[in-house]
Amino acid sequence: MTGFFLLDLLLFGVVITAVAGMAASWVDRKVTARVQYRVGPPPLQPFTDIVKLMGKETLVPAGVSRAAFLSAPLLGFCAVAAVSTVLWVNQLSSGGFAGDWIVVLYLLTIPSMGIIMGGFASKNPYASLGSSREMKLVMAYELPFVLAILVPVIQSGFAMRLGDILADQAAYGAMASSLSGAIALAVAILCMQAKLALVPFDAPEAETELAGGVFIEYSGAPLAVFKLTKNMLLFVLPFFLSVMFLGGFRFDGIEILWTVLKFVGLVALVTVIRNTNPRVRIDQALRFFWGPVTIAAAAAVVLAFLGL
Amino acid sequence: MSMTLKALLKSPWVFHLSTGSCNNCDIETLDCLTPRFDIERFGMLLVGSIKHADVLLVTGSCNRMSVERLKRLYEQVPKPCLVVGIGTCTGSRGLFVDSYNCPVPLDRIIPVDVYIPGCPPKPEAIMAGVVKLIGKVGGGA
Repeated sequence: MTGFFLLDLLLFGVVITAVAGMAASWVDRKVTARVQYRVGPPPLQPFTDIVKLMGKETLVPAGVSRAAFLSAPLLGFCAVAAVSTVLWVNQLSSGGFAGDWIVVLYLLTIPSMGIIMGGFASKNPYASLGSSREMKLVMAYELPFVLAILVPVIQSGFAMRLGDILADQAAYGAMASSLSGAIALAVAILCMQAKLALVPFDAPEAETELAGGVFIEYSGAPLAVFKLTKNMLLFVLPFFLSVMFLGGFRFDGIEILWTVLKFVGLVALVTVIRNTNPRVRIDQALRFFWGPVTIAAAAAVVLAFLGL
Repeated sequence: MSMTLKALLKSPWVFHLSTGSCNNCDIETLDCLTPRFDIERFGMLLVGSIKHADVLLVTGSCNRMSVERLKRLYEQVPKPCLVVGIGTCTGSRGLFVDSYNCPVPLDRIIPVDVYIPGCPPKPEAIMAGVVKLIGKVGGGA
């Protein structure tokens, strides 16, 4: 049993997620390039970047805690691999456990924790500023995200397993087809944007003012792990939303086409949002998430209780 | 050629440093990122932190104030890295050749892999220079 779980973790959690994440990252960069009337990078570019960074020198700034600085990237990487394994296990076999969506919610905050830890460990004013912004952003988006994820749980009769939510959607249609599910999906997509730290909510990284923010002191292999984690999140978050709202991924016959369309559609939507919006200040992001987004999410929860 | 070097040549991330240039070379460098030239086709990205960079693009005449910073930045680039001097100023100091403030050309301060002359060089010239550099490093290893 343990052996099988290890296989799932290594094969689906790490390898397939990394490959799919790099593909998603390429889709993101290519769509960005096309929106800007550019040609864009070749398909293997994200992979080349990771291999290159692995071969570079790793610099540790003087006077920082090596343990905290170097373990921060691994923390997020392990969490994303674990989330992906839980999702794949539910998707391919009914191997879930009671309360696995709660575990997924918790694990999905850990990459942000790793980023905050790495930023503060870097002993760089820009990185510290980026970390403090990341912390505020986590506090901003977690409440509406949890409320939005509650909606499919309520609609499927308080299912405690992801597998039950998937089975409910297979029987009665995707959650997003109801009013409350559609509102919750919109809220979840906005929270996904913030979780990925993409443009309207990219204040922690802010290339133009913080010069890379939390990642400023990272080089070589730790930076590669951070990049890989970001790429994997770009696969895992659309996958999670697809499981919760859109009936999940299926690999039988014509359903493969729908699976690819769901995934690429969500990634392309994120990319278009990031290319058509300016960056908001951190206080604006906080007000946005605690104001209209939380109200919409709470309304969706009430509608779900009413059965709409 | 090793796999990491091959990957380095296919995704050279660029850090742009002005050592007292008149800003023309900087404008022409940024032109390479615009839709017309689009160097992201070759995997090149402009990065904000020196620790992420593979290529150090230097413009300007290396005046006494900026030489200190230039040396410090060169020490901070994770190796292996490449250095490109853009514009006549970095190579021969251009019209500042007799200035008290610009004592030596760039290659007397840090090792330079390629010079791209011009005042300022056109984006086409910058790209041609980078392609030559990639050919030189890729062929020599």
